[in-house]
Amino acid sequence: MSKKVKAAIIGPGNIGTDLLMKAMRSELIEPVWMVGVEAESPGLKRAKEMGLKTTSGGVDGMLPTMKADGVQICFDATSAYVHAENSRKVNAQGAVMIDLTPAAIGPFCVPSVNLAEAVAAKAMNVNMVTCGGQATIPLVAAVSRVQAVSYGEIVATVSSKSAGPGTRKNIDEFTRTTASGIEKVGGAASGKAIIVINPAEPPLIMRDTVHCLTVDEPDQEAITRSVLEMIKEVQKYVPGYTLKNGPVFDGKRVSIYMEVEGLGDFLPRYSGNLDIMTAAGLRTAEMYAEQILAGNFVPTAA
Amino acid sequence: MDIKGRKITVHDMSLRDGMHPKRHQITVAQMVDIAKAMDEAGIPLIEVTHGDGLGGASVNYGFPAASDEEYLTAVCREMKNTKVSALLLPGIGTVDHLKMAVDCGISTIRVATHCTEADVSEQHLTMASQIKGLDRVGFLMMAHMIEADELVAQLKLMEGYGANCVYITDSAGYMLPDDVTSRVALARSELRPETELGFHGHHNLAMGIANSLAAVAAGANRIDGSLAGLGAGAGNTPLEVFIAVCERMGVETGVDLFKAMDIAEDKIVPMMDHLVRVDRDALTLGYAGVYSSFLLFAKRSAQKYNLSSRDILVELGRRRTVGGQEDMIEDLALDMARARGTIQ
Repeated sequence: MSKKVKAAIIGPGNIGTDLLMKAMRSELIEPVWMVGVEAESPGLKRAKEMGLKTTSGGVDGMLPTMKADGVQICFDATSAYVHAENSRKVNAQGAVMIDLTPAAIGPFCVPSVNLAEAVAAKAMNVNMVTCGGQATIPLVAAVSRVQAVSYGEIVATVSSKSAGPGTRKNIDEFTRTTASGIEKVGGAASGKAIIVINPAEPPLIMRDTVHCLTVDEPDQEAITRSVLEMIKEVQKYVPGYTLKNGPVFDGKRVSIYMEVEGLGDFLPRYSGNLDIMTAAGLRTAEMYAEQILAGNFVPTAA
Repeated sequence: MDIKGRKITVHDMSLRDGMHPKRHQITVAQMVDIAKAMDEAGIPLIEVTHGDGLGGASVNYGFPAASDEEYLTAVCREMKNTKVSALLLPGIGTVDHLKMAVDCGISTIRVATHCTEADVSEQHLTMASQIKGLDRVGFLMMAHMIEADELVAQLKLMEGYGANCVYITDSAGYMLPDDVTSRVALARSELRPETELGFHGHHNLAMGIANSLAAVAAGANRIDGSLAGLGAGAGNTPLEVFIAVCERMGVETGVDLFKAMDIAEDKIVPMMDHLVRVDRDALTLGYAGVYSSFLLFAKRSAQKYNLSSRDILVELGRRRTVGGQEDMIEDLALDMARARGTIQ
């Protein structure tokens, strides 16, 4: 495999650095730029040592040369507040934006469920929902593809250490965006999301519970099969995505208990919630790259 | 203990924490009937919502008999003097729920987080501070799990976000009077003098009254309880008992004791699905430091998977679970049943 699509990562924090480490292994993506805002940022230094071009001037620092450098895909791992501006700027330079913030200005993308659609639609901005959404929406979809789901609810429990200041300052964004993803991508008529932060030491591995209420009596065999298949799909990009218990059937309730362990690239293994975001973001980029390399899609400024 | 002459505000929990032992099935008519009687008895403040607060309606915590909006609207419009509060746990409810509750007529919002996670309340307390005249309470749950100095640092965060009152909440009913004294006293000395201080107890070790008195002696002026103790676990501090003790000790609550007793005996107890008391499992909550609303979930899972609910609760304590992790209970029960070979 020789040809790769060049990419830029905006935000050299924990998420951006973990994403960089995963992208360095990719056969389809070549990270060439790391964009930050603080010259002393250890993430920028690390990226520079790994051979990337870096700037502490924000996206503006990369804009003059990004086209010449061949950047066709950007990842935004900053915050919802600056995302729209970042996206507009890189789109104007003909690069697709993969949004890891909760800004959600583009369509939701959960790789195992609707990535093909998002790529086929040739969207110039796709949003990765939330960590809890990435971990649970595939399972809501696994039930709803078997039979109608009137209500999907998820409970994401993350360790205190893996819940960053951005999440904490705007925790409602998590519950709202995830609930919306459960409906739009998961296929539940109505969705609810709950997040619990637990400070136990050693930090607990991300846990997720998915409860679905089916319209008719659940077809236990078909749902179990669909759930197990979906878990295998997600494991392709998150190997530590593990069924702990279930599906449990109780009347029309279907409950699935999951654990998500990260790869431990840059982030600790317990923070599967962060790992699943970077892995999903990279998986999305790779699907775009396949289309770009096959000549099916040429990202262009609107 | 000399607390004679102190004036405190008692806050009744029967129609919120009391939703837990009722599996959130108290009807709107029952709520209105009880709330009106409490108004008549001079109880100054009562809490009304799903047991897990605004937005608690869920598979995970249970679907209530009516929506928060229906309960709050029905109760608020009948109150003459009594004020109504609502509870909000960030991660479960959002600022949208908060606005709805304000529109329904609440006068107090209580924003609750785990004791180490006060910063998730910033969004909600900040918004609450922008609503004119709204009483804003920061509520730190499972307060037994950290030391007094760590707890006070978290209380200060809430004070900084705009809480005019902060609470030390013994969600597991684990604390002993000295635990309460040390925490409340340090909070009192470190917080702004105008910031009110509250204590919310559970009666799992039968310490509800003793702990509430310790809190008052150390500087708290708001005390939660519920009539007949209707609350999660072995219930909250039994409010009519606390009021009687306050009268004996010369502490002013403004509540008519006999009327409060009558509500407990004639309205609340007959409504109970089971007698809320220190049974073996509730005692285990207090002993092992487990979130009180886990009680019925553990009993149900124990029955379903043929396990001991005490074993489940002890293990939940060992794993240092926090409020809201009800989903852990069936998951854990399945693991335990598998380990015992009773399921595959």
